[in-house]
Amino acid sequence: MDFGLSQDQQMLRDAISRTLADTCPLDHVRECTEDRASFSDKVCSALGELGIWGMMVPEQYGGLGMTMLDAAVVAEQLGYAVAPVPFIGSHVLAPLALAQGGSEELKAHWLPRIAKGEAQVAVAIAQTVEIRDQSSVDFDGEKLDGTALFALDFLGADAFLVVDTAGRMHFVAGDAAGLEMAPLTTIDRTRSVGELRFSGVAGEALADDDGSTSSRLRDAGRVILAADSLGAGQAMIEKAVDYAGQREQFGRVIGSFQAVKHMCAEMAARHEPCRSLVWYAAHAFDTAPDEAPLMACHAKSHTGEVHRFVARTSTEVHGGMGFTDLLGLHFWFKRIGFDRQILGGPEKVRAEAAALQGWTQAA
Amino acid sequence: MDLDYGPRYDAFREEVRQFLQTHGHRAPGGQGRAARPSPEAVAWQKLLIQHGYTARTIPEEYGGYGAEPDILVSRIIAEEFSRAGIPGGLANQGISMLVPTLLELGTEAQKREWIKPTLEGEIVWCQGYSEPGAGSDLAALKTSARVENGDFVINGQKIWTSTAKQADMIFCLVRTEPDAPKHGGISYLIFSMDTPGIEVRPLRTMTGHAEFNETFFTDVRVPMDQIVGQRGQGWYVANATLGHERGMLGDPDALESRLQALVRLMQAEQVGQGCAMDNAVLRDRLVALQAEVAAMKFNGMRILSNSLKGDPGGMAKLIVKLQSCELAHQISALAIDAMGEMGILYHGSEREREGGAWQWNYMFQLGLIIGGGTAQIQKNIIAERGLEMPREPKLAKPAAVEQATKVASGQEKGAV
Repeated sequence: MDFGLSQDQQMLRDAISRTLADTCPLDHVRECTEDRASFSDKVCSALGELGIWGMMVPEQYGGLGMTMLDAAVVAEQLGYAVAPVPFIGSHVLAPLALAQGGSEELKAHWLPRIAKGEAQVAVAIAQTVEIRDQSSVDFDGEKLDGTALFALDFLGADAFLVVDTAGRMHFVAGDAAGLEMAPLTTIDRTRSVGELRFSGVAGEALADDDGSTSSRLRDAGRVILAADSLGAGQAMIEKAVDYAGQREQFGRVIGSFQAVKHMCAEMAARHEPCRSLVWYAAHAFDTAPDEAPLMACHAKSHTGEVHRFVARTSTEVHGGMGFTDLLGLHFWFKRIGFDRQILGGPEKVRAEAAALQGWTQAA
Repeated sequence: MDLDYGPRYDAFREEVRQFLQTHGHRAPGGQGRAARPSPEAVAWQKLLIQHGYTARTIPEEYGGYGAEPDILVSRIIAEEFSRAGIPGGLANQGISMLVPTLLELGTEAQKREWIKPTLEGEIVWCQGYSEPGAGSDLAALKTSARVENGDFVINGQKIWTSTAKQADMIFCLVRTEPDAPKHGGISYLIFSMDTPGIEVRPLRTMTGHAEFNETFFTDVRVPMDQIVGQRGQGWYVANATLGHERGMLGDPDALESRLQALVRLMQAEQVGQGCAMDNAVLRDRLVALQAEVAAMKFNGMRILSNSLKGDPGGMAKLIVKLQSCELAHQISALAIDAMGEMGILYHGSEREREGGAWQWNYMFQLGLIIGGGTAQIQKNIIAERGLEMPREPKLAKPAAVEQATKVASGQEKGAV
């Protein structure tokens, strides 16, 4: 019995953490994102040396064939460092989708390239959560038509995986005829999302796809977002505690005032159980398919709520400085905001969790 | 991540299941909040001790089962009794707090005299710690014990003595050294509740019941050897005990069963043609609580794993009392909301749901948020021990101020 990270996972966590501490200080994040969202080549190549890009790619295709819990460990560190790198779409969801339903040709071509960090595949499954602005993609048996929002890891993508209205996944090359793209600018410049417009685009439908692949991708995405939020929340708590231990007012450090101390304690008290919930949700994804969808919902919605509280409370502990751009605390605030909304805000996700348990009245 | 307990423990689990199947019918009915165990409860307790399902690690010579401590074994016993809905061993303040204290700091004679009958439910204890003027600041307690003809003579008042009415004995903190510093003047005494001069008055709470008492002491004479530890060491003796108040208020199994009860209530509670569960807002709150209960359950598994490795638990453990009590309260609050107008029925009214249990819980759990270290004290502990934030600057002690004033005025006089 051991509820927690294995030795290997702790080593992975420490290696990522060190690498990001060395290559991804706040000033660098700022440089990358000053005008618009963009990814950091420097951080990407450092992480690439650790094999991160292929962690979810099966070994036979040049990857490491690791687990969702491993990926959650990495996502937490990326959130902690607000790292401007592709991960959730191109290095978690795309390998999962291709490994599960890609043709041998697709797998042989794309998986080794993803693993080496030579190719980036964005993933657009927003419409499996809800349809906004009437954006959806139809498949008539041959061609794709419509619009897909919030393709994850959009900037610089070489190809796309997109879901249709029936929940089936399609692979589309970046240079496919009839495909137009536009970036969507969000609060979080350390991430990149965009929209895809299809006019009679020929793609490649993934094999034997009854819609279960996209559901599984949604679960995986939610676990990764929850883990990212966990890391960003952890960073915001540490920053609040540090600041409160240095900033002096009325002749004492503000951290010695109970009002400030209690804000920090409340953040820690709500945040700490999230760690175990995220670990379990990732573990369920790996080993307990019956539990995985519900646990992914719980991890996503609960971290979304807790870290919204952490984001605003940490900002308040920093007082006026927290509100400035100078301190850069807002990078974490916005990262948490992104994690909360993407692939379903808490209310939407909880409605799904209720339906999964048969608690919703048959309409 | 490995959630298997392994074959040795699986075999033990099977053994517990067999026991419960064979002997479960002998368990006393209901969890029995009665402070004084019934003859059936005493018989059940003795059977459990005999099999090592309670008092497992207490040495045989003091009436326990005498096994080596094993956290997973304890966990399996708790899980299986909870799953079967069969009450486990007695869990009163005598067993959970006094017995571990005696084992650690009692004399051989005290261990032999008190532990066995306490474990077997024959002696019921109450705890005399809090006072009207000493709650969060427990060490400010004023109940005094002066020495007279070889006895301690106790005067003062205790509050929140929950089982004082039924108790045979009390373990009690009193001030024996009035001139010593606050924490150094306290002693830990044990004495009979039949001693002349003790008066117990029920303390009725907001629930309408008297779950607690106030206990008054007027010239209560206690032989001087009825002390645990040394004179003036009572604060440290009591703190050894507080360490044993483990998990009583943060049981993840309990939260999960409350949540399941809430799900059943929301499905059963009729509203028009449907039920409370059909209300999207109530349902949303339910799922949010379910996620929190899951998080606390896994947090508990993490603490368990950590303690197997000898890790004291850190932040994961420090937050349990605060979060669990709050969560239990929120579960009851949602139950009342799901009942709508029916939620106010109480005191055995017509149409009351489940004997008013949800309303009682809702109010009593507020008491649990306050008791056993208030939520605010818990937050201080989380901030100062968990996050290593600076402690509140200490105010100058009145005595020190007085001393300083004397010195200052003396100097002035000298100068003149």
